[in-house]
Amino acid sequence: MQNQYTDWKQALRSGLLGGAITVLLSLIGIVTAFSNTYIVNKVISFGELLIVGPIAALSLVAIQKARARHPGLLILTAIISGLTSGLVILALAGLGQVINLRAMFLNASNDLYAIYAYKQALVPGLLLRLLVSGLVGALVAGFTLLPGRIKAAISQGLLYVILVGLMGRLIGTVLNTWGFVAILFKWMFVANSLSPIGAIFLFLLTGGLAYWRYGRPKTKQITDPKKQKLVRWGTLGGFGLLLIFLPNILGMWFSEILDNVGLFILMGLGLNIVVGFAGLLDLGYVAFYAIGAYTIGVLTSPELGFFNLTFWQAFPIALIMAFLAGVLLGLPILKMRGDYLAIVTLGFGEIIRILVLSDWLKPWLGGTQGIQRIQRPVVGIGEFSITLQSQQQLYYLILAGIVLVAFVAVRLRDSRLGRTWMALREDEDVAVAMGINHVATKLTAFAMGALFSGIGGTLFAAKIGSIYPSSFQFLVSINILSLIIVGGMGSIPGVFVGALALMGLPELMREFAEYRYLFYGAALVAMMLTKPEGLWPEARHRLEFHEEETPPPEESEAVPESA
Amino acid sequence: MALLEVNNIHTYYGNIHALKGVALRVEEGEIVCLIGGNGAGKTTTLRTISGALRPRDGHIVFRGEDLAKYKPHQIVEKGIAMVPEGRRIFARMTVMENLEMGAYIRKDKQKIAEDLEWVFELLPRLKERRRQVGGTLSGGEQQMLATARALMTRPRLLLMDEPSMGLAPVLVEAIFDTIVKINKEGTTILLVEQNALMALSVANRGYVLETGTIVMEDTGEALKKNPRVQKAYLGME
Repeated sequence: MQNQYTDWKQALRSGLLGGAITVLLSLIGIVTAFSNTYIVNKVISFGELLIVGPIAALSLVAIQKARARHPGLLILTAIISGLTSGLVILALAGLGQVINLRAMFLNASNDLYAIYAYKQALVPGLLLRLLVSGLVGALVAGFTLLPGRIKAAISQGLLYVILVGLMGRLIGTVLNTWGFVAILFKWMFVANSLSPIGAIFLFLLTGGLAYWRYGRPKTKQITDPKKQKLVRWGTLGGFGLLLIFLPNILGMWFSEILDNVGLFILMGLGLNIVVGFAGLLDLGYVAFYAIGAYTIGVLTSPELGFFNLTFWQAFPIALIMAFLAGVLLGLPILKMRGDYLAIVTLGFGEIIRILVLSDWLKPWLGGTQGIQRIQRPVVGIGEFSITLQSQQQLYYLILAGIVLVAFVAVRLRDSRLGRTWMALREDEDVAVAMGINHVATKLTAFAMGALFSGIGGTLFAAKIGSIYPSSFQFLVSINILSLIIVGGMGSIPGVFVGALALMGLPELMREFAEYRYLFYGAALVAMMLTKPEGLWPEARHRLEFHEEETPPPEESEAVPESA
Repeated sequence: MALLEVNNIHTYYGNIHALKGVALRVEEGEIVCLIGGNGAGKTTTLRTISGALRPRDGHIVFRGEDLAKYKPHQIVEKGIAMVPEGRRIFARMTVMENLEMGAYIRKDKQKIAEDLEWVFELLPRLKERRRQVGGTLSGGEQQMLATARALMTRPRLLLMDEPSMGLAPVLVEAIFDTIVKINKEGTTILLVEQNALMALSVANRGYVLETGTIVMEDTGEALKKNPRVQKAYLGME
């Protein structure tokens, strides 16, 4: 009996929590705001998902925590959890009828209650809501009792329907650039959301795929080295082709995002050397970005009219400037570690930003007005040359930059210098005791990082054609640092994944309008909780966070044989 | 001429006068140990010799050359290697990579490979573990690794700071066996130890350090029998 008693309590607790989350989301205003943003047209809206989602999730928690194993009891537990959540929602609606909640919570409006009541009369509507909440619990319980294969199919199908439904508008813009191919998919979408038939089709397709793949080995092991090589080059080539045609596949709007992500990848690769490889926490990294961009601006803009160089003439000078700035910043801070280093570099970043903003340097750097009409890069010779202007054209320039920088980064990591950086990161004192010149090592790390950031800056200037001090806020440094952490410190592929997640995700989340950063923040917290070592961690770093997953030593703490 | 001569060095931490004229000498081929209580300045002495700290006064002469003009990493090239306190290995690097870092200053690939074999022979445990990440080794293995890493610099003088710290008694014995073995193979050792009894048993000579000055010098055996040492450091009445 003890068991059932605690299960009861757990079900009630989960239900209350689920209801509380729904109420919270409602009071923030998201439920109302998205009540007409349909996932499946006229069937289920994102707002409705935000009501039902937490209830379903917490019912699942209640089932997982329940000690009872009898199916009937499990279903009962989930129903209780769901009903409790429903009661919480009803309580809010009821309270709203008695006293005016709007004085405090602007979003506790009659619109909200109408959504709760399925746009019906209040009393029967709310009772329906209660019924649905209990039903959701029952469905979740029923789901958990299904065999694994069907569970995988259903969850995968639902996931894709929700994702595609939410991204309906974005997918629409992409489809529009495809011309006749778009017609093949048109029937799946209605008014920026999935059509009911489209949803069913997608559910069956993705669910069926999951059902088919369940339990099968992931990929066939290819043992023949010749074939292995072929497969590797094939994937690489396919990936390369995809990258080359990506702007054409996705269209203008996505190309702009890709360009932004690309710039952050470039800078991330540079900061990864400083922070990830050498372990030097640099919070003023944006300074080198600014130096690269401003050098290009000053040297090429006819508005200032000092030099009027072309982009490619100014490019090497900008890189040298960034490199030298890296050395210059490196010199005074060699003796500093950890927090102190972070604060000094932060100061350096701010100094650069304030310098470019200052009236004092306005004749040279443009002050608040920035620098306009920066020369666009021209590629090709003579008659065959083109000026890279559109986002789609600049994409290739940025792509080339990334390929080059990533190649250098990989080579550096595997070099003797890379090892030295790592040793310095692990333990500076011991590294010195091994005969490593920590002065030179730290300086090269800083200078290489600065150089990469400088490249990012020049491309940024070329991309937007005009630069302002406001583009070089402290937040940029933080963003680059965050993408490294999200991707996995010291991991080169991690930089790519991190940049896509951190810079690409908010753009894709435009659907969520003013709630974008709320969802984005939630996604970040979830990411760091589930994968603290990063999305694509460096192999050796992974060990630190998941020691229990490493193969145990054959016999630890045994007496060495030399005894 | 002694291999290492420390003449009257004074080292400060800010305004704190940590070493007040420490003088000691290590002959080629010896094991010399430095014993003393907490805060006596044992680690400070080693760190001053290795160049991590600069003496404000006094000289450190190694093979007839004053070390004052050298930076810490250059002192390593001169032939002084340090096994730091608390087995500070590069935890995220494999055993092999740790050892390669030890050979960082050397260019002769042939000799490095030979020394690697020699170190593995000396500490066979490390050979088994060579692909494992340093942080996942046991305490004793980490101490072995730190020692082996220092040996990979091919030092003439090995400075060891508290090699037995935090190890089980059976491992302590193993570590000291290794120390003797290394010494027999031709490396001179200057050892700092809390475990005075063990250290004095293996050492040719010993120094007793108290509040920043050397108060006693004798052979290891004699110090072990000295009533003052017995009372203060060996826990005997």
